Amino acid sequence: MATVDTLRFATAGSVDDGKSTLVGRLLHDSKSVLADQLEAVRRASRGEGPDLALLTDGLRAEREQGITIDVAYRYFATPRRRFILADTPGHVQYTRNMVTGASTAELTVVLVDARNGVVEQTRRHAAIAALLRVPHVVLAVNKMDLVGYQEGVFEEIAEEFAKYAIELGVPEVTAVPVSALAGDNVVEPSARMDWYGGPTVLEHLETVPVAAGPADAPARFPVQYVIRHGERRYYAGQVASGVLRVGDRVTVHPSGETSEIAGIDVLGTPAGAAHASQSVSLRLTDQRDIARGDLITAGVDAPTLTQDVRAAVCHLADRPLATGDRVLLRHGTRTVRAVVRDLGGADRLAVNDLGRIVLRTAEPLPLDDYAVSRRTGAFLLIDPADGATLTAGMVALTAPV
Amino acid sequence: MSLFALSHLDALESEAVHIFREVAGEFEKPVILFSGGKDSIVMLHLALKAFTPAPVPFALLHVDTGHNFPEVLEYRDRVVAAHGLRLHVASVQDYIDRGVLKERPDGTRNPLQTLPLTEKIQSERFDAVFGGGRRDEEKARAKERVFSLRDEFSQWDPRRQRPELWNLYNGRHAPGEHVRVFPLSNWTELDVWQYIAREDIALPEIYFAHEREVFSRAGMWLTPGAWGGPKNGETVHKRRVRYRTVGDMSCTGAVDSDADTIDKVIAEIAASRLTERGATRADDKLSEAAMEDRKREGYF
Repeated sequence: MATVDTLRFATAGSVDDGKSTLVGRLLHDSKSVLADQLEAVRRASRGEGPDLALLTDGLRAEREQGITIDVAYRYFATPRRRFILADTPGHVQYTRNMVTGASTAELTVVLVDARNGVVEQTRRHAAIAALLRVPHVVLAVNKMDLVGYQEGVFEEIAEEFAKYAIELGVPEVTAVPVSALAGDNVVEPSARMDWYGGPTVLEHLETVPVAAGPADAPARFPVQYVIRHGERRYYAGQVASGVLRVGDRVTVHPSGETSEIAGIDVLGTPAGAAHASQSVSLRLTDQRDIARGDLITAGVDAPTLTQDVRAAVCHLADRPLATGDRVLLRHGTRTVRAVVRDLGGADRLAVNDLGRIVLRTAEPLPLDDYAVSRRTGAFLLIDPADGATLTAGMVALTAPV
Repeated sequence: MSLFALSHLDALESEAVHIFREVAGEFEKPVILFSGGKDSIVMLHLALKAFTPAPVPFALLHVDTGHNFPEVLEYRDRVVAAHGLRLHVASVQDYIDRGVLKERPDGTRNPLQTLPLTEKIQSERFDAVFGGGRRDEEKARAKERVFSLRDEFSQWDPRRQRPELWNLYNGRHAPGEHVRVFPLSNWTELDVWQYIAREDIALPEIYFAHEREVFSRAGMWLTPGAWGGPKNGETVHKRRVRYRTVGDMSCTGAVDSDADTIDKVIAEIAASRLTERGATRADDKLSEAAMEDRKREGYF
């Protein structure tokens, strides 16, 4: 198994759940805010202390036009771990934004207001985390100061959310009672909720196990580029999942040709194996006609070669997607033409809609279920006219339509 | 099953290499913006690794403000020769000499770079332009995509930016448009320095503490020069300084420092309470939204 010392996580919350304050608190209390940034926030704050929500304030274009430019990325580190936070705005385009942030996240923090409990948007956040297969979910029950720090309020919300999330297939939920404004249980343990014995939000972020991919995942290597050097061909790419070793028998898709790995080169250093998320180049024992867009696999779990793609989708573009639309489908390093055959009975999908799709592609694609691989089970639909990204897809090979 | 650990630098390196190779696979004529600053030096190092043992399949483009640190120009020419690279130069001085651009009253040339850059991209038909921008640098950059679509005028339209999911980068563009690509998006200043140390990458000497004649303007130590300093009332001092960023001499300030080795620089940055742009870049102090405005106009 490949481990990493960086946690990529995303945040989600409804308007006024205090998400900006929570993120600001994480950055501030972990001492990730530098003096000039804090000074800018102090200048802009109306109240006495710095308004931590302003730390994640958007662009002038957003304020002036009342739009949100989806995900902002923040970086901070503690002595135990480094963090990349995909901070998604809670309103208007929140589904599209959260799907984008969740696609690379190992953990999602879902915020609820302790006074309101689990609301419709909370359920939607849980559904998106489940759909995108985010391995860990943290429920931050915020504004505990406004409900008198009562254990009963927290317990009820935590229980309701966990039950709902587990039903959806979220593998792990941790609930934490917090007050982002007062600082309870965000970075420092709260003195006002001694009934809570669990970790603070930051402690949990620091200790939750992260892996670059499941240990038993099938070996997948999308070919990005062929490096030619003299007579030799090096197939360059990033291991999408599993492990490839020198001597492994491999199959090239979609041609079906087979060969053997003669050598692995990790950016100039020879290696015996290549692990998930490593950028490497492979040499094979046989001369094969391999190009960008091909998928090299090893092991017994072969991908399914098909022209009929069934998937769960989130529609991302303002223009709708309709049955019969001709699109481009981007899977790994390959782009093929495709037509929308079915939208789970619906005529069309509008922006932020979650739905089901059946596509027919011009050429066969080697697909894995998204449940098996978040890399080789994912695809994008692109508008052939202007290149806009339309839809995010998560392959579900055996799903009913 | 053995436990394989990918350090954060390995992960960042792998991601950046993946981005370089995507561009090589999808675009006709990419180019790397190369200023001789540490971020562009790290970019070039990553590009060299991404295509080893073959040469880098991209040329370099230097937007030359005419106010360069001589050490940095020497470094640039040395690197170009060592790796047999092709160098394009877009010269701000040319535009001023031809009367197309006017010198600003404050002598700062950073905002003047946009037009020569844009016209060079158009005339050479570059379709992908690698920049060393990092999301941790500044608020407007925090929302920047790895693949950032620009129109024929190099303008950045926040409404046309595409959602980026997983590691699927969409580089499709119409003729005349191009894509700015930021392989260091997820790196922090500290990551860049730690990587320079790990890979033992040579840098221009001005990044390390040295004795230099400087004068104070707007709270920064600037190097005197033909570009317009010192002016009346500004006195020159000899101080021990180093540069945290390298740009136009007229607006890039040095910081007081004793850090004369990479390890000392890393220790200094880890302890610093100012961002590198806040400490050393006059161009970002112009206004709250300075970077956002320049980005929309086609700046890097």
